[in-house]
Amino acid sequence: MSELTLTVMRLGFLAVLWLFVIVAVQVIRSDLFGTRVTQRGAARRGGQEGRAQQRQQAAPPQQRRQEGGRGNNRQRRGAPTKLVVSEGTLTGTTVALQGQTISLGRAHDSTIVLDDDYASSRHARIYPDRDGQWIVEDLGSTNGTYLDRTRLTTPTPIPLGAPIRIGKTVIELRK
Amino acid sequence: MSSTTTTTTVGTIGAPSRRNTELAMLVFAVLIPVFAYINVGLAKEGSVPAGILGYSLGLGLLAGVTHLVVRKWAPYADPLMLPIATLLNGLGLVFIWRLDQEPQITTKQLGGAMAPGQMMWSTLGVALFLGVLIFLKDHRVLQRYTYISMVVALVLLIAPVFFPAKFGARIWITIPGVGSLQPGEFAKIVIAIFFAGYLMVKRDALALASRRFMGLYLPRGRDLGPILVIWALSLMILVFETDLGTSLLFFGLFVVMLYVATERTSWIVFGLLLSGAGAVAVATFESHVQTRVHNWLNPLELLNGGVTETAQAMYSFGSGGILGSGLGQGYSRLIGGIAPKSDYILATVGEEAGLAGLMAILLLYGLLIERGIRTALAARDPFGKLLAVGLSGAFALQVFVVAGGVTGLIPLTGMTMPFLAQGGSSVIANWALVALLLRISDTARRPAPAPAPSTDAEMTQVVRP
Repeated sequence: MSELTLTVMRLGFLAVLWLFVIVAVQVIRSDLFGTRVTQRGAARRGGQEGRAQQRQQAAPPQQRRQEGGRGNNRQRRGAPTKLVVSEGTLTGTTVALQGQTISLGRAHDSTIVLDDDYASSRHARIYPDRDGQWIVEDLGSTNGTYLDRTRLTTPTPIPLGAPIRIGKTVIELRK
Repeated sequence: MSSTTTTTTVGTIGAPSRRNTELAMLVFAVLIPVFAYINVGLAKEGSVPAGILGYSLGLGLLAGVTHLVVRKWAPYADPLMLPIATLLNGLGLVFIWRLDQEPQITTKQLGGAMAPGQMMWSTLGVALFLGVLIFLKDHRVLQRYTYISMVVALVLLIAPVFFPAKFGARIWITIPGVGSLQPGEFAKIVIAIFFAGYLMVKRDALALASRRFMGLYLPRGRDLGPILVIWALSLMILVFETDLGTSLLFFGLFVVMLYVATERTSWIVFGLLLSGAGAVAVATFESHVQTRVHNWLNPLELLNGGVTETAQAMYSFGSGGILGSGLGQGYSRLIGGIAPKSDYILATVGEEAGLAGLMAILLLYGLLIERGIRTALAARDPFGKLLAVGLSGAFALQVFVVAGGVTGLIPLTGMTMPFLAQGGSSVIANWALVALLLRISDTARRPAPAPAPSTDAEMTQVVRP
């Protein structure tokens, strides 16, 4: 047999052997990423730092999904995109606004679980009306919900940047 | 903190059985050895070997039947183990056939051509593989036989003492007229079943009842019992059967499984100390072990007219270089005897496929072991987890002991490279091992059945004033 044929076969054998290894690794790779991110009920959102950090690992696919959703019903310009806690024990917590109702209170299934002696278990809720305007409503709390300095008695639209005060916690809507 | 709004869970996507992936990989795994076979034929005789049709049909038939059985009886099993095992077995057959072409080492006294026999053993191994998959519906059944497996393993380990030694080690059972059998190969599976069942029950006592000392958890004296018993047994194997490999495999497997079961690093420290002390102690009076260690430390020393086999193997690796001499064009026959077909088959691989080929083969072993450990991670029951770790651990230890011995990392021990080396017991036992791993991975990857709809789960109706 000619030298050339044998050399080609020798290198070809090594090539197919390594190709097999690489394909096998690709199969393992697809196995590794073959996971699905499931959304659990919309009621338990944001809030506690600790739980949110555990969730960081699941964040990338989830954000991708949110971006897709945003493309469908584009929000108005100038509408708030996030809710920020600016004072109180949860300072710095951010919740993105995607048209869901955000509940506030000490109850553990609230979106933002307030660790505040002056808050009721179901204190207030923030939701968008049909036009996309965000509304805050007091849910009959003991110590009341304040928008700026006025105690809320009826569902009230929230201006951008206006402080909503619940006990020692202050919440704002921001762009 | 970034904006996270929704609570999410990460779960596996339902029911990708991956059987088609397995089929594609299997076709690939059959084609590579066929290619290698043609390559050897062209290099040795200048023509495509006559047995090519029979060989490729045989290997293809074995692969096809295994695939169909896995598709039917273990549809969610891991897609990689079967192709990798097929590829290794096929390549092993090619290498053995290639060494059969060397007249010097295929004499009548040395047993003649071994490839046909190995092909028959592989078929038997595949038959056992199919049997395990078909008749063992659930690996948890094995848990019932914890202590029976202990007895069986002990019998298998002790039996060779009563038979004459071969090649300096008593690891064979010779049945006149039928042939000889290496029971240690089967013992490693049975002992993994025993360790898994035993440690599952006892692991809390071994993990929790301990004092902390210098960052290590020191177990209580009475909890040291099992490890000391196993240690003594493995030393007895070393002394009476003069087999370093089985002894190492047996003790190492126990330490690995003990560590996995209890998560205590101290067991590994104890294990290493005990095995080190034991090996040194035995080496002081056992001449067989002394010879092996001596050959390992002084491979180039002249002994009755030539250098040691260890040195010959190193010459092979060196002559192969990075890309190898090409299949069928090496000189590993110079190692002499049947060693190049059994213990030193890696030297042939290293010479003819070079460093690149040897690394690919070792990676294939690594991938097979990785799939075993992955199965252990995915398994939902503790017994299955421990068993999968034990089986892949035994496989990994065996590969390490042989490859380390041939490449000169540790003293050579009489064990066979799984699937690759000549040896009936080894190939049959390893096919059974792969079948057990596939069975566990099928159970682990099988999607959970949909929960039955509960009457309580209906929407609660709220009556508002």
